Amino acid sequence: MALSGEQEFTGAVEAGFSEADPRDYVALLKPRVMSLVVFTALAGMVIAPGDIHPFLGAVAILCIAVGAGASGALNMWFDADIDAVMSRTAGRPIPAGRVTPEAALGFGLTLAGFSVVTLGLLVSWFAASFLAFTIFFYAVIYTMWLKRSTPQNIVIGGAAGAFPPMIGWACVTGDVSLGSFCLFLIIFLWTPPHFWALALFKVGDYERANVPMMPNIAGIASTKRQILVYSVLTAGTGVMPFALGIASLAYGVVSSVLGLLFVYRAWAVYRMPETDKGMKAAKALFGYSLVYMFGLFAMLLGDGLVNRLGY
Amino acid sequence: MEFVELTERQKKVRRRRSIAIAIVLAVLVALFYLATIVKFGPAILERPL
Repeated sequence: MALSGEQEFTGAVEAGFSEADPRDYVALLKPRVMSLVVFTALAGMVIAPGDIHPFLGAVAILCIAVGAGASGALNMWFDADIDAVMSRTAGRPIPAGRVTPEAALGFGLTLAGFSVVTLGLLVSWFAASFLAFTIFFYAVIYTMWLKRSTPQNIVIGGAAGAFPPMIGWACVTGDVSLGSFCLFLIIFLWTPPHFWALALFKVGDYERANVPMMPNIAGIASTKRQILVYSVLTAGTGVMPFALGIASLAYGVVSSVLGLLFVYRAWAVYRMPETDKGMKAAKALFGYSLVYMFGLFAMLLGDGLVNRLGY
Repeated sequence: MEFVELTERQKKVRRRRSIAIAIVLAVLVALFYLATIVKFGPAILERPL
């Protein structure tokens, strides 16, 4: 079918010729999520007891990053229908029509396979199995099952985002320990207040997409209460690396201050009047939660580097 | 026989995708080459064939 003008464009796309730029494939990897995964995995790796060759450590981080990207691509493949009706996600490559769902699926599966096998062959099969489980947990347990069926979706699904520091740790030690579990717990407990703060001011989006987030199922008041409870738990757990002796006193002080500020922000959300349509406090908590996570893991990373360099 | 004419944009992004795939493959080759040296060192040559 040789066509011309605008029709030629449509004919070529229908015939399977992609319009996708490499940047669209990069977008499928969810680079911002990936950067947090890389950061927390690196902190887990650096603070773990034991040694790893720096080059193999870099390979491990690359594999964990690519594995996280694969999860993102699989998530976007499955969620293209709901991404299309949410303002935050409508511009993603699949709903925007730049990448076909089949291409995204193939891309995600290929990257998942490559990242797991490479990590296994070059670093540790235990860590590779852990990475494979994490990809499965995010793509299947969270995306395909929990996300559309329960308001506890991001509570349980948050485990997928909390595994990376344990994988980084496992790349060094080859096992799981109380220290690495503590790092897991910090991110696991931090995820609900982080996402529910976002869900509070994006409640309309989730309603339109029929995603059962806590505010549109349990209500705004209940969500605010739960945000406060999880924030207190997060702040308490955030200090645990110091209590367990895997982080310095400086970490203990900084994590305490950051934790108190986290609870203060959550309290502001709790006190936010129902009439506040701007939801400034929820937006502030969402933004601060990222600062909190970055601050904690930057301190851990700094602690680990100081120890390793022998200062 | 019927043909599909690619638009200039499709040709351009196909070329960009090809370059991206070439770069990724080259990085993978370098990565496995260096990782082999790091993991095995000279011992890679001292194995029963």
